[in-house]
Amino acid sequence: MSATQVEGQAAAAIMTGTAAQYLTFTLGKEEYAVDILKVQEIRGYDAVTAIANTPVFIKGVINLRGVIVPIVDLRLKFQMGETSYDAFTVVIILNVLDRVMGIVVDGVTDVLACPAEQIKPAPQFGAALDTRYIDGLGTVDGRMIILVDIEKLMSSPEMALMDEALDGV
Amino acid sequence: MNSDLSRFHQVFFDEAKEHLAEMERLLLALDVADPGAEDLDAVFRAAHSIKGGSGTFGFNDMCDLTHVLETLLDRVRKDEQALTEAMVDALLQVGDVLREQLACHQDGTVFDAQSAEPAMQLLRGLIDTPGGVAHREPDQNDADRPAPLSSRLYSISYTPDADTAVSMELLVAELARLGTVEVDAVGENRWVIKLCGAIGKEEIEDVFSFIADRSHYSIELADGSPQAVAAEEEDDGFGFFLPVIAQAEANAVPEDDGFGFFVDPESIAQSSSGDQDDPGYGFFTELSPVASVGIAKAPAAVRSGQSSDVPKRRASDAEAEASIRVGVDKVDQLINLVGELVITHAMLAQTIAGLDPQLHEKLFSGIGQLERNSHDLQESVMSIRMLPIGSVFSRFPRLVRDLSQKLGKQVELKLVGETTELDKGLIEHLADPLTHLVRNSLDHGLEAPELRLAAGKLAKGMLTLQAAHQGGAIVVEVIDDGAGLNRQRIVAKARERGLPVDEAASDEQIWPLIFAPGFSTAAQVTDVSGRGVGMDVVKRNIESLGGRVEISSQQGQGTRITIRLPLTLAILDGLSIGVGEQTFILPLNTIIESFQPLPEQISTVSESGRVVHVRGDYLPLLALHQLFHIEPRTVDPCQGIVVTLDVDGGKVALLVDALLGQHQVVVKSLERNYRKVRGVSGATIMGDGKVALILDAAALVSFSRS
Repeated sequence: MSATQVEGQAAAAIMTGTAAQYLTFTLGKEEYAVDILKVQEIRGYDAVTAIANTPVFIKGVINLRGVIVPIVDLRLKFQMGETSYDAFTVVIILNVLDRVMGIVVDGVTDVLACPAEQIKPAPQFGAALDTRYIDGLGTVDGRMIILVDIEKLMSSPEMALMDEALDGV
Repeated sequence: MNSDLSRFHQVFFDEAKEHLAEMERLLLALDVADPGAEDLDAVFRAAHSIKGGSGTFGFNDMCDLTHVLETLLDRVRKDEQALTEAMVDALLQVGDVLREQLACHQDGTVFDAQSAEPAMQLLRGLIDTPGGVAHREPDQNDADRPAPLSSRLYSISYTPDADTAVSMELLVAELARLGTVEVDAVGENRWVIKLCGAIGKEEIEDVFSFIADRSHYSIELADGSPQAVAAEEEDDGFGFFLPVIAQAEANAVPEDDGFGFFVDPESIAQSSSGDQDDPGYGFFTELSPVASVGIAKAPAAVRSGQSSDVPKRRASDAEAEASIRVGVDKVDQLINLVGELVITHAMLAQTIAGLDPQLHEKLFSGIGQLERNSHDLQESVMSIRMLPIGSVFSRFPRLVRDLSQKLGKQVELKLVGETTELDKGLIEHLADPLTHLVRNSLDHGLEAPELRLAAGKLAKGMLTLQAAHQGGAIVVEVIDDGAGLNRQRIVAKARERGLPVDEAASDEQIWPLIFAPGFSTAAQVTDVSGRGVGMDVVKRNIESLGGRVEISSQQGQGTRITIRLPLTLAILDGLSIGVGEQTFILPLNTIIESFQPLPEQISTVSESGRVVHVRGDYLPLLALHQLFHIEPRTVDPCQGIVVTLDVDGGKVALLVDALLGQHQVVVKSLERNYRKVRGVSGATIMGDGKVALILDAAALVSFSRS
């Protein structure tokens, strides 16, 4: 299937409302995608205030135009990728469950539409992520993209981002 | 209930609450022996507005009750009955029932009709007319009108305003409830509606008053009804009819107290007019008998003295229109944005600091101007959240009145500094503690009249509520001239409860004992107070607001309880401290002192815990870098700084690297997007845009112990 065909299909799927748009990002060698409607903005990584006695992957909090936003490094969480912080480190600010939070990833690659029929259920292995947090696997240009249920992931007890989750541990 | 009107419900609820509050305030201020005609009228107006509104929206229970209330008030203000203390009590009680009914309508719950019955009976009992209006069925709420209205034809001309116009269908449907309706379009956006029904003009106005300005419609009586009616217009927009049998009598009626009053028995026209200057409510045709008045065939009868009332009423109308209701969330959003602006300015200022002022003169002056403007803006925005403390004080006249009657004491309540402003959030939390204190003063502080006389004091006790600004804080005091605190009894009680007491302690050390939970020296428990809950709750509530409670008392002379509060919850006075690379904020009110200890001041206890010897006390030393696992610049207390904190009455010493400065910081929630963090009460944004955590001293101590 050629790229234009895929795009054509995707566009048609958007028109008919059967395809959602995704923001794709990389963690190590794997490519992940989150529902674009959950993404508020993308920004660089700077001025994070550390919080004591929290898991290492919680980098701390930042000031996002007056709002205190926690930052999670997914690379640390899933032990993948280089964990260097420089001018090119990308933070995706998410708006999930009426909260604002940021995730640090290796890089943001694309915005794409994935028609429902191209999404296959995830097998029980393969990704660093537990399959509970994976909506399915999509294929675009022959690349496999892991569709993450970001809402479920961020509210999970293992992320320790919310009070209820903390109590559950 | 018509859904068409439901969007105006909130307006009615808000207004009715204000009217009820106003009514209560006026009733409490009334001098029973010689009630001022103006005050009585004002009470009457408030009641009438509630009745008009509740009738319009179909809240019949409220309408019925206010009607009976109105009947009684009407008799009083017409001097047919003298005002008695019992009446004021009954009226206040009815006000409470109305408030409950209002709350039920607002919540959409059903008010138990039976519970209004006692109040209704009470009122009826007070109206002493043989077989008079009081004994009519409650649903006949038009007793203050003349004989039942015969069917009349009204002609209404209506020019909808493009912005506010409600669809004609809705309007017609609404009017159709009143009688038969006939609609004619008389040109572009102008309608003439003929309405025929056994109704009064004010019922039509009630329909219109919520959808259109006075200037957009006029109502006239189009048929030859023999009954002349007089329209009494009030500043709240609910019309009202007074019986007018003959002009002579009408002029003699004393209740003609300055409302517009058209009397012309011969005339068949009943006119209403648009008042262009005052599109809201004010309505004084007699001042402007101009062409716009519609078909004003009725010459306005202007009584002398009426014109002098007009400017006054106008002024209050203007005041009403000069304020708007805004959701608190919108104000908070503004405050957030302004906070951002201030921080952005700080960042800009930091950036240009490296530039040459001579080369970039305009940039520098621009930034300077930005600073002034954003500072002014911040102050103005913060002031939106500020409310006068009078809104809390206003509940006390009633409370004091009821309680003093119940306790058989004579009390005069004095309110001072009601206009003192403080943050809305604080005001809400201040009400409960103040109520506790006032009840305490009334029950335990002030003595019964006989005892007071025996002690050489006036029989009437004096209770003062006083508020004032003092520096960056607000001070609220509850002062009574009662018996004062009884030192012996407090000491004895404290011993009994096993609290440590030093016989030689000063009064200032003894008084705080009453803040201990469950501490009460009252000889007997009354249903007012004495159960020993209260003072500890007061203290806890005030401290949770970042404030303090102080007591001073002189036996036989009285007691003064002083509450000190920060002006606002959103801003905190803090000391910024540095540990390693990080900055933290310590609330200034928890800090006692800070110093660099000498080596001999530090000692270890069982080789693990360290203590600092300060002013004869050994305080446990907590190192912030250990608690928060930060790489410090120094681990040696003698190289760093020790800050002593007063936490829950106990003291601890906190070791930090450095003191950075004192700031007023805007408190931001950490839980909003993250979760609670032990030892941290919130976060703030520093001038450089970075986040700093605000330390919770009490939590730090328990943290270190676990």
